[in-house]
Amino acid sequence: MSHVRYIDKTREYYLSEGYAKPYQWAHFDDVPFTPLARPLAQCRVGLVTTSEMVIRGREAELAAVESDPTRPMYSLPIDTPLKDLVSRKAAYDRYATTLEDVDAFLPLTHLRRLVEEGRLAALAPGFQVVHSQYSQRQMLTVDAPRVLAQMREDHVDVAVLTAV
Amino acid sequence: MSLVARHLEEHGIPTVVFGCARDIVEHCGVPRFVFTDFPLGNPTGRPFDAACQRHIVEMGVSLLETATAPRTTVRSPYEWSADTTWKAKVLTKEQPFLEGEAKEKWLERKAAYKALKSVGGV
Repeated sequence: MSHVRYIDKTREYYLSEGYAKPYQWAHFDDVPFTPLARPLAQCRVGLVTTSEMVIRGREAELAAVESDPTRPMYSLPIDTPLKDLVSRKAAYDRYATTLEDVDAFLPLTHLRRLVEEGRLAALAPGFQVVHSQYSQRQMLTVDAPRVLAQMREDHVDVAVLTAV
Repeated sequence: MSLVARHLEEHGIPTVVFGCARDIVEHCGVPRFVFTDFPLGNPTGRPFDAACQRHIVEMGVSLLETATAPRTTVRSPYEWSADTTWKAKVLTKEQPFLEGEAKEKWLERKAAYKALKSVGGV
């Protein structure tokens, strides 16, 4: 069976919920491309996710993010033990799967191992959590530049992004 | 997430996106994409299946080396299950996308964002 057509399904679903104006998904004719500049073994990797991760028991530290309607991005330490990380994401297929295994959407164990094996040079000191924004303008003008600024501060060479 | 990948790439950082919503990511257009045909939530492998996860992550890392042009999609070889009814049930009345507290929060955020926008705050 072919993959799920989420754009079509979303349109039909929200139409049936009474939202007549369909969401305009981002679309571009041109796609940028930057070739890898050095061997991966010399690359520092930045990690970005929409999995809404928090550190268990320290959710209150993100109260400012929660109360801000623009839900700005934030960083968490890359060396946080997996057992301390939990996703607050509600918008996933909770009927078919779970977010109980962090590595299934934020592959920290596997990226760490690739560093240990020398396949990658290092991971950036933090991973970045970006909310799935309704507003593309917000994402393009606020969140994406903040992610880039953090990547530059962390001297990142390549970025891994997980869309949850 | 695709928009972030594009922004990073435009500013000189090669990217790879892992995702399960192929149509959304490809409609936007990203440089490199590892597609896994799993339910939304598990873009880097089946929960508690380290071998599957490792394989998918390695596919993405390799794609950083091998892709020569944008819109390069690779599909991981995994199927969620022989039974594909989960696909038909996505976004149906039977399985609402958000409900209860999550739906209320979404509506609250939407209203707050609209209010902020109306006064030029965003």
